[in-house]
Amino acid sequence: MSAAADTALLDPMLPAPWRVRAVRRETADVATLDLVPLVGEVPRFAPGQFNMIYAYGIGEVPISVSGDPADPTQITHTVRAVGAVSRAIADAAPGSVLGLRGPFGSAWPVAAAAGHDLLIIAGGLGLAPLRPAIYQALAASEHFGRIAILYGGRAPAELLFRDELAAWGARAGITVAVTVDHADPTWHGHVGVVPALIDEISFTPANTVALLCGPEVMLRFTAAALEGAGVAAERIYLSMERNMKCAIGLCGHCQFGADFVCRDGPVLRYDRIAPRLMVREI
Amino acid sequence: MSPTARPGPDAAPSPVLLDRDGLSALLDALHARGFDVIGPTMRDGAIVYDRIADIAALPAGWTDRQEPGRYRLERRPDVALFGYAVGPHSWKRFLHPPEETLWRARRAADGFTIIGEAPPPKPFAFLGVRACELHAIAIQDRVFLGGAHQDAGYAARRQGAFLVALACGTAAGTCFCASMGTGPRPENGFDLVLTELIDAARHEFLAVAGSDAGAAVLATLPTRPAGPQAIGAADAVLARTEASMGRHLDTHGLKERLQANPDHPHWDEVTSRCLACTNCTLVCPTCFCTSVSDHTTLAGDEAARVKRWDSCFIADFSFIHGGSVRSSGKSRYRQWLTHKLAHWIDQFGTSGCVGCGRCIAWCPVGIDITAEAAAIGAVAKEDRRGNA
Repeated sequence: MSAAADTALLDPMLPAPWRVRAVRRETADVATLDLVPLVGEVPRFAPGQFNMIYAYGIGEVPISVSGDPADPTQITHTVRAVGAVSRAIADAAPGSVLGLRGPFGSAWPVAAAAGHDLLIIAGGLGLAPLRPAIYQALAASEHFGRIAILYGGRAPAELLFRDELAAWGARAGITVAVTVDHADPTWHGHVGVVPALIDEISFTPANTVALLCGPEVMLRFTAAALEGAGVAAERIYLSMERNMKCAIGLCGHCQFGADFVCRDGPVLRYDRIAPRLMVREI
Repeated sequence: MSPTARPGPDAAPSPVLLDRDGLSALLDALHARGFDVIGPTMRDGAIVYDRIADIAALPAGWTDRQEPGRYRLERRPDVALFGYAVGPHSWKRFLHPPEETLWRARRAADGFTIIGEAPPPKPFAFLGVRACELHAIAIQDRVFLGGAHQDAGYAARRQGAFLVALACGTAAGTCFCASMGTGPRPENGFDLVLTELIDAARHEFLAVAGSDAGAAVLATLPTRPAGPQAIGAADAVLARTEASMGRHLDTHGLKERLQANPDHPHWDEVTSRCLACTNCTLVCPTCFCTSVSDHTTLAGDEAARVKRWDSCFIADFSFIHGGSVRSSGKSRYRQWLTHKLAHWIDQFGTSGCVGCGRCIAWCPVGIDITAEAAAIGAVAKEDRRGNA
């Protein structure tokens, strides 16, 4: 695609300066940033891809794109402040400048899922890398069977994109189910783990594509539950997380078996990686 | 991709003989052509690779004795210039240096400006590249230049490098290139290849060009044609080296054995000895992993990103939010060995091991890659028999 051609012209290790156009506080420690390039055009990206985001003088981390792939005016990222770099990015003020390299990595097979029921299953911050796929699927929802978005968070206060979840769920033919590990007095929805939501929705397992993103333990149990329900392993896709430094398959950090998660992933097909998911510390 | 093109059929290389003065003239010719000439020299009780001005810098009359966890220099009975096997350095430290500044940035009114690094001023000429090391360079070529994205710094340093290969005249107790199919005869990927011929009657070098650039340099040197006797003597050197190889790695079915046994008990056994010191990855001529760190001046007006060799034996290597993926020593040793001997084949179409034996000699506790790889296979076979 054009993104690959664009980035190949430049040294992929050199960050380009992008301006923070707008910041939205999602939760206590999560922010969504809209970014525009200081020079050149906004590169095309595919849902599931990520950028390396650089905070001047502090460092660089891989962050999945969380915005709409059909929006040519900006790139949107959702970041949780967990370390020095991600905190600097999450705290970036509108108008400030960050470095970007990318987009890198494999994509959610949204277009290829046409004609199937589509299950989009997220845990925690995993909803952010799936949101571009949700935008893309909902923009062409007539091409899919049923579309269901299953989302689990630790607590109600940590749920992302709650207004959007409500809007998506209000659309005909779209199911949205949300669960939390720990409820608070405001919560009247499901309590429990994400795989339990699979039993709550109606879909045709033999004709379903599932896209999963979240903590690795959630991926493991959810993929197994889907397979148990009759979804073929080769139609289940997982986005994996590993340490990344270069994002182009040269630094070795993100290896997961023979795969470089930055280059061969982050979106990987379950049937190819299922045995590895059962090995500790691989 | 290879910077050393093979000569055409009209330039079939014929072996010639160089004496010590001829070898000296080769170094002069490489310097005169603007190369940064790197070769073996003695320092701190080891033979290392560094800039050499002339052949006086070579370790004349020295050899090495290598065993697991052991490397010692000893006097030879002769004055051979290349009478030793590989030391702790490999050519990796020049083509893929231990530390490299990727870029600098300067704070600007509008955020910051990125400044790329200048390419290296001089191309390298390497003197004494062994067959295993030619293979190691070819493997790193695949890693850094063979994919969709290239390592720009490696490409700049690799391009135009002049390789003088060496047919090994001695094998260490830790050598096993013959079983890896990577030596001891240099087959291709060089500009010139030398075989040192030394006995009571002579001290000469059989030289053959491996590229047009090599032939052009050779044509300027004082040489004499090599007869069948000299060519036979060079073959005998290689045969003797191959026969004295200290170790053997059975690669038959090895990839499958390693990939099928991630929970094999021998991983725990080897981990009880492994210190996770990273020596093996640092001396390995193919290990390519790096990390980056970001720096600023005290005032914060300038920043830089520096790339450094990293090692999968370090707990931080696999750190993600919440902890390291590979927190146990067992998982890190397994990652190294399985990547080196198995996953590498899936990733790059070749094993990551060239049989140089450095990881064996420089392991402080003498862990032997050939023994560990064999143990995991062998015990697994017994298990299967037991279960049958």
